Amino acid sequence: MAKKSGKNRKKSTRTYIISFALILVFWAVIEIMGHMNMLSSKMLGLLIPICAYSIMAVSLNLVVGFLGELSLGHAAFMLAGATAGVVFYNSAGLNMHQVPRVILTLIIGAAAAGLFGVIVGVPVLRFSGDYLAIVTLAFCQILKNVLSTTYLGVDENGIHLAIDQGSFRLAPGAKPLIKGAQPISGINKISPNVMVSFTVGIVLLILTVAFVLNLMNSRAGRAITAIRDDEIAAKSIGINLTSYKLMAFISSAVFAGLAGVIYVLNLSTLDFKKYDYNLSINVLVMVVLGGMGNVPGSIIAAALLTLLPELLRGFSQYRMLIYSIVLIVIMLFNQAPAFVQFRQRLTARIRGKKPEEEEQVTEVADGSYFAQKKQGKEDE
Amino acid sequence: MQFLGYLISGISLGSVYALIALGYTMVYGIAKMLNFAHGDVIMIGGYMVYFTFCSGGWNPFLAVLFAMAVCTLLGITIERVAYRPLRSAPSLAVLITAIGVSFLLQNIAMLLWKSDPKSFTSIISMEPLSLAGGKLSIPAETIVTILVSVLIMIALIWFVNKTRIGHAMKAVSEDRGAAQLMGINVNGIISLTFAIGSALAAVAGALLLSSYPTLVPTTGAMPGIKAFVAAVFGGIGSIPGAFLGGVLLGVIENLSKAYISTQLSDAIVFLVLIIVLLVKPTGLLGKKTAVKV
Repeated sequence: MAKKSGKNRKKSTRTYIISFALILVFWAVIEIMGHMNMLSSKMLGLLIPICAYSIMAVSLNLVVGFLGELSLGHAAFMLAGATAGVVFYNSAGLNMHQVPRVILTLIIGAAAAGLFGVIVGVPVLRFSGDYLAIVTLAFCQILKNVLSTTYLGVDENGIHLAIDQGSFRLAPGAKPLIKGAQPISGINKISPNVMVSFTVGIVLLILTVAFVLNLMNSRAGRAITAIRDDEIAAKSIGINLTSYKLMAFISSAVFAGLAGVIYVLNLSTLDFKKYDYNLSINVLVMVVLGGMGNVPGSIIAAALLTLLPELLRGFSQYRMLIYSIVLIVIMLFNQAPAFVQFRQRLTARIRGKKPEEEEQVTEVADGSYFAQKKQGKEDE
Repeated sequence: MQFLGYLISGISLGSVYALIALGYTMVYGIAKMLNFAHGDVIMIGGYMVYFTFCSGGWNPFLAVLFAMAVCTLLGITIERVAYRPLRSAPSLAVLITAIGVSFLLQNIAMLLWKSDPKSFTSIISMEPLSLAGGKLSIPAETIVTILVSVLIMIALIWFVNKTRIGHAMKAVSEDRGAAQLMGINVNGIISLTFAIGSALAAVAGALLLSSYPTLVPTTGAMPGIKAFVAAVFGGIGSIPGAFLGGVLLGVIENLSKAYISTQLSDAIVFLVLIIVLLVKPTGLLGKKTAVKV
């Protein structure tokens, strides 16, 4: 037993080092390339999305990888955070210093997403498996639809809130904050210099990774993985299922809210329609490709998948086709039992030469455990 | 009278959802996977009917049969190439692969047939039915959609409950391992399930586009998601459940569009789903399974 826990500790330290080294190296490389003007404007435009999607993937990993529940509504938390953040950011206007304005926006976005996480989490966590997936998807659609019919504005008479254009009347000169289905546009960027926003994004990513890794190596994190591995066994040793599930779900929502704020402040428009199940599914693809329960994997997958369409630009109209084929082939190669056995034989032959390969095999082992649990549930 | 009109067109829309949901629910019951690419099979079916009937001038029956044949082949191929190698892999891996297949089909359609909307001519060329002295006019598409869906539904229930292959399908969905030991060809049954589901998707595509005639490569996505909701609503894995779920979903959607708000209709549909699942977690007709420890 003692030996095993020692090994685990070593593994967790290694994960910390890999994750932070990865982020810092990425940051340093981009900074250097930025100073040498080696980045195209397209690349510069992708820096914040990479940070935002990495945060999204790491936070979704908390629910999918560590808690073992499939959520298809992660975009909803991003949208909740982005909307609340932008409403504050725009109403605070320019009469506030930029640094506290951004910090307060981030806090408000995260808090709103967390609140929405509570609203969704309490009913949703009574379900499991595919039912949970469909209910999270439903909440995402509901939030998107409701926001598309909301009108919100502030004038000298106070706050105006309406659900249709007819009953929404602002004093002349006052600017509405949310205009129904119209995208909110003209949001000021964090800073005219993309590199500053990028650094903010990296800091938030480090914050997210530090929180998730610390949580998973704490008592609460062990309780959460215990629930994933066997709900009944976890309950029988006195783990409070509801509170730990909610803890994972809400923390995941809070970080998705942060990602939403930086994403939308960089984009300078907020179109509710974009935050639908397609976005949730894209983030889920990142989590699964990176390896469930693997934090550095999520970051790499998020960065690669965000860059991939850009890297394939030379193939223009074929790029999305190539993207989908790559996705299918990677899944088959990584997860199909026949391929996994083939790879294991290969690693056994060249063992010692390529330690990364070994890592991948354990990843697959983790993944299939998740499947055994799901399969077992359906069989019962 | 107006209410009756909305109700009937709701039932018609719901019947299309039901046909799509049947494909979801049968595949879920037998292969234990969510086939996210199902919605895109509808789209392919729609294009097939478009090219043979709308621009090729074929007989509508022949066109639909041709689309069914293409979709059946497509469904079997997808299962064989993308899903079968992953059958014992984690369910999430299969889900992601299905998402990949869905992207693939959409992009192939985009490359082959471009993204500009095609306007679909209805496959049914009959006069609308006039009731109550012309106060209520029901389009022929609506009636045909409802009739076709009910017939397919009855045929499917008969097939599953009365034929040998139907029994084999039920056996595979109850316990795949035991079914294999009894000499059932599990791979064959799973292929057959995909074939039936995809053929139904082609019919659903033709009927859907006859009432809502805009055809683009992403046509299948939203009906696909709605049908998935309908399948869960009725209790996933249950054939009558999928039908009931589909029809209810269509009626709720149409009535809330007519009386509450066009923009909020989707939100209302999903809200009803959440409430139903909270009260009855396995869906309306889902079987409650006891958890053995």
